[in-house]
Amino acid sequence: MKQFRRLAIPYCVWGIFLILLPLLMIAFYAVTKEGNAVMTWYFTGENFAKFLEATYLSVILKSFRLGLACTLICLLIAYPLAMIIIKFDEKWQTFLIMLVTIPEWINLLLRTYAWMNLLADNGIINQMLQALGLSPITMMYTDFSVILGLVCNFLPFMIIPIHTSLSKMDKSLIEAAHDLGANEFQTFTKVIWKLSIPGVLNGIMMVFLLSISTFVIPKLLGGGQYMLIGNLIESQFISVGDWNFGSAISLILAAIILLFMHWMKKIDKDEKE
Amino acid sequence: MKKNGKAARFYLLIMFCIMYLPIAIVVVHSFNSSKLTVRWGGFSLKWYETLFSNEPLLEALGNSLIVGGISCLLSAVIGTLGAIGLSRLHWRSKGVLEYISMLPLMIPEIILGMVLMAFFSMLHLPFGLVTLVIGHTVFCIPYIFLEVKARLVGMSPSLEEAARDLGASPGRALWDITIPLIMPAVMSGSLLAFAMSMDDVVISIFVNGPRLSTLPIKVYTQLKSGIKPEINALCTCMLAVTLGLLFLYSLLKKIFGRQEKKQ
Repeated sequence: MKQFRRLAIPYCVWGIFLILLPLLMIAFYAVTKEGNAVMTWYFTGENFAKFLEATYLSVILKSFRLGLACTLICLLIAYPLAMIIIKFDEKWQTFLIMLVTIPEWINLLLRTYAWMNLLADNGIINQMLQALGLSPITMMYTDFSVILGLVCNFLPFMIIPIHTSLSKMDKSLIEAAHDLGANEFQTFTKVIWKLSIPGVLNGIMMVFLLSISTFVIPKLLGGGQYMLIGNLIESQFISVGDWNFGSAISLILAAIILLFMHWMKKIDKDEKE
Repeated sequence: MKKNGKAARFYLLIMFCIMYLPIAIVVVHSFNSSKLTVRWGGFSLKWYETLFSNEPLLEALGNSLIVGGISCLLSAVIGTLGAIGLSRLHWRSKGVLEYISMLPLMIPEIILGMVLMAFFSMLHLPFGLVTLVIGHTVFCIPYIFLEVKARLVGMSPSLEEAARDLGASPGRALWDITIPLIMPAVMSGSLLAFAMSMDDVVISIFVNGPRLSTLPIKVYTQLKSGIKPEINALCTCMLAVTLGLLFLYSLLKKIFGRQEKKQ
């Protein structure tokens, strides 16, 4: 079966020239700056130094806080939900999991728009409040609307891995814990939670990565002034035109992501030991 | 384990309402003749009429279909050939090659988008249809590759060997045996890739040209400037198409599962 190995050539060439090469180029952009006519570019650390300015540092901190908040809320909502789903019989479980995944297929813009529709100053919620004689609340373009949008969009990424790890669990372990006199709470903390940790970590990783690198949702629900790392990268490339700085931010984002993944893997390993 | 109590079922119901209700409201209001969102002014299709007489929007839809179609076809060819070729390689470096092409699924979309934008402009490639197609093909390939690879792993190599023993040339064995067997996977992968391409906002924002825009980009710019009632109608149409594609995908999977059982 050695024939047709060459069929893989276009695939490999594509991967190297359109994925690997451009990625390396960004690293190059990040450490250089456009020079004068004699030397068209030179190496510099300026792009990274610029990042330490208070304005940009606050953007990264805000993204971080928002990402963590969103991940925590997703976990708090998704864990009980996965526990409830797991108690249904096979057929129902498949159906419920399908219901969880369908929204992921619906266009991101549509899902975000649906929330804009509800939260706007003259939106459905406020009009209902007014009909009840209450004063309207500003919900759009706040942290609240952005977090709500992020949580609703990324919730399935938390539910699915937790559900998967719970369904792999040996049910007799729970019975054993009960037989040995553990109450509901002890069984949960000592058995169920411990066994579901790989799923939880997977979920945390996915939701955090998605929420820290998003820019469409904060732009629509948070307004044009709402700046997260993603928006900063986008503005550097599309409106400001400082590609070197934009590349440096992307490298920092990539570094944060890699560190986070490494940390999650370490927790997972420690738990197993 | 104990059965779910009433409170648990109620929680489940609430969460599904939060997931689906906003979208349901959009669908209902697309048929509402009143401009106000809370008042029901009677059933009407007038927003759909406004929508279908909106020239720029229809043009954007056309662009989306063209970009989706070409990049889906291109990635189907590259991805399928890649999966077949790599399945016959037994190098150590094979893992690295697979890993590189999976990167588009792993790195954040925004980084992929800007990486491509910087790359194209360095090559002095004019932004437009070509860059959009290349950009979409980059993230479409992994979907097709993964589906075909999974299918190839599940296939017994003896089928092709038998064909060879019976005197078929290697090309004939590939064309008559392997290709038809992996076709369902190619189809379902392509469908997935097409859906992803039609849906994509982030990468398109970076690689589209000044004059060319796809449907999601058009919607994105409209949403930034505020809400108009015909967007409800547009969203409903997009929802219908998505659900249709999803249904087609699961149907393909079912047929393909049945075939596998027969073997």
